[in-house]
Amino acid sequence: MPTILAATEPTQAATASGVFSLTWLLIALPLLGAVVLLLGGRRLDRVGPLLGTLLPAASFVLGVVQFLALLGRDADDRSIGQYLYNWVSVGRFQVDAGLLVDQLSMCFVLLITGVGTLIHIYSIGYMAHDTDRRRFFGYLNLFIAAMLLLVLADNYLLLYVGWEGVGLASYLLIGFWSFVPAYAAAAKKAFVANRVGDFGLSIAIMIMFWQFGTVSFQGVFSSVGGASEGALTAIGLMLLLGACGKSAQFPLQSWLGDAMAGPTPVSALIHAATMVTVGVYLVVRSAAIFNGAPNAQLVVVIVGAITLIFGAVVGCAKDDIKKALAASTMSQIGYMMLAAGLGPVGYAFAIFHLLTHGFFKANMFLGAGSVMHGMNDQINMRRFGGISTVMKITWITFGIGWLAIIGFPGLSGFWSKDKIIEAAFEGEGWRPWVFGSAALVGAGITAFYMTRLFFMTFHGERRWTEDVHPHESPKVMTIPLIVLAIGSALLGVVLGPTGAIVDWLEPVVGAPGEESTVLPVAVVLVLTELLVLGGILLAWSMYLRTRVPVVAPVGSVLTRAARQDLYQDAINESLFMRPGQYLTRFLVFFDNRVVDGAVNGLAAVLGGTSGRFRRLQTGFVRSYALSMLAGAAVLVGAMLLVRN
Amino acid sequence: MNPMNYVYLSALLFSIGASGVLLRRNAIVVFMCVELMLNATNLAFVAFARMQGNLDGQVIAFFVMVVAAAEVVIGLAIIVTIFRTRRSTSVDGANLLKY
Repeated sequence: MPTILAATEPTQAATASGVFSLTWLLIALPLLGAVVLLLGGRRLDRVGPLLGTLLPAASFVLGVVQFLALLGRDADDRSIGQYLYNWVSVGRFQVDAGLLVDQLSMCFVLLITGVGTLIHIYSIGYMAHDTDRRRFFGYLNLFIAAMLLLVLADNYLLLYVGWEGVGLASYLLIGFWSFVPAYAAAAKKAFVANRVGDFGLSIAIMIMFWQFGTVSFQGVFSSVGGASEGALTAIGLMLLLGACGKSAQFPLQSWLGDAMAGPTPVSALIHAATMVTVGVYLVVRSAAIFNGAPNAQLVVVIVGAITLIFGAVVGCAKDDIKKALAASTMSQIGYMMLAAGLGPVGYAFAIFHLLTHGFFKANMFLGAGSVMHGMNDQINMRRFGGISTVMKITWITFGIGWLAIIGFPGLSGFWSKDKIIEAAFEGEGWRPWVFGSAALVGAGITAFYMTRLFFMTFHGERRWTEDVHPHESPKVMTIPLIVLAIGSALLGVVLGPTGAIVDWLEPVVGAPGEESTVLPVAVVLVLTELLVLGGILLAWSMYLRTRVPVVAPVGSVLTRAARQDLYQDAINESLFMRPGQYLTRFLVFFDNRVVDGAVNGLAAVLGGTSGRFRRLQTGFVRSYALSMLAGAAVLVGAMLLVRN
Repeated sequence: MNPMNYVYLSALLFSIGASGVLLRRNAIVVFMCVELMLNATNLAFVAFARMQGNLDGQVIAFFVMVVAAAEVVIGLAIIVTIFRTRRSTSVDGANLLKY
């Protein structure tokens, strides 16, 4: 596909100057915050949260300045590299630590620092009563720094450093309340699932070095044309494995639900706006590789389609508000993966949906946190209901997020998700029918479960436990909600219909091209909205018109399966954990009995023998003298024998 | 006179000394038998030196005497100490140093 490759041919990055020579500060500021807060000790307990919020905010300001500077440049001149230092220099393996600011990484910088800062501000209120706030903000800053390093790196190895940093920070944050064993286990689970993915990414990097002799973006992408399709497919699949781990895609999705163990701002930061999106970033950044490996692309699309349906189904059955949102995140990331796998037609829309999703999902997670804050940290939606009257701001902002995610016409999700559904219907043969239908059905289910969540929480009769007295959260929490709600409402209309996002990203990911959909666009649009309406009505009749029982009914087979996350843990356990356990048990047995048996047996034989020989040491001097005499006689006799 | 006779005498003295070391229990007697064995070797050295016609054996005999003198000092001291603690000089009695 020479034309597509030409479209994504990497442009030579300009050398950083002016405001772009400060790119390193984007990462250094939150990193400084993390270091100071984590090493500073108790003296910083009081100023810690404020300091931890100001530094990412400073990064955000710098990001905005850089963004404006980028806008002032030509479209082809917006890729700016900053060489930092020669990092690894071993024979043929040369890696420079360098940063790359271009259209794609700028999107992420703004999302990470912008939404991240809002979440920091919100955390000041949410964590006000936690004694360990300083550590919390230190971890948050570490997370932001790692995330920025990931998206700003100009080679895969440096990206991998950020990738691991994100994994570490998420582990620390999910297990922030590690005194609860279940939370500590959730953190461990997330870490292990992520490690499986990291393994894939590291192998991908190794194949790149083996094939191209370099791991820098520019070097790899410019030599993709000469590589065999098999190698590209292998790299693509390994990258996808990495993406699946971090982005909680099938089959590595199991950690996301449990990861809700962390404090709610963490869920918003890690599991909605930033961390889970890096898989999409990786695929889109590696567009040149995936463009040359159609089979890997197909797998990406399949993974995305499975995950989006999977997450949606799970989301329908969860009564835990955070877990329902987590399932929704999984499903929405599935949409992005699907779009990213479609190739140039989908890259820009994947990023578009990622940005809008970052806003409305952070908004809803923080809204859920606000509800929990007012409801004594309860999370069971069957115990909510009718909160709209007591928490007005939370209700309105959450409502905007809800309308945005289900694709209510005009709001962000409408513009971004419909574009993905349209893109899924483009092409020929069986693919558009299968993937388009998956995306379409997913939209309907999304509408159902999000409406269910919204109605169960904010409307209907009050099913509160006796001891709760809900109240609106303080301003420091509601203002981020309002800002995010505005973003959820307007970001789509600013970027979508104007074509701004597609034009912006075109130099990096290529132009979408003109392919026709198998169904007319209008039909797709109408079908989508009909399904969404159907989902809303179904949820209305089930959860608003009829009473919601406080104790969950047994439910159908599917409901019960979805409550158990479609048995993902059971499957993982029986497929991987048990065989692994049996293998280790066998190895332990082998080690104990065979290896140790041989060593111990030898030692026992020697010990027993020497125990017998020990008896020769009687302590009687005269017997020693006799043996010496006998020995001397034998020696003399032997010498006489040899002489003759 | 045939110098071999001295060697025979030496062998005889050595055998007497050795059997004394092996058969007697009194540490003083055992010690004296050790001295007897040492002097038997001295005699052998001197006899061989005479037979070879050089002085090496005689010189070594002097060394042996010096060693024997040192050994007497130390050995007697040990025996006295053993006697003080155990009220006996039986070598079979002092058999604690074993397996």
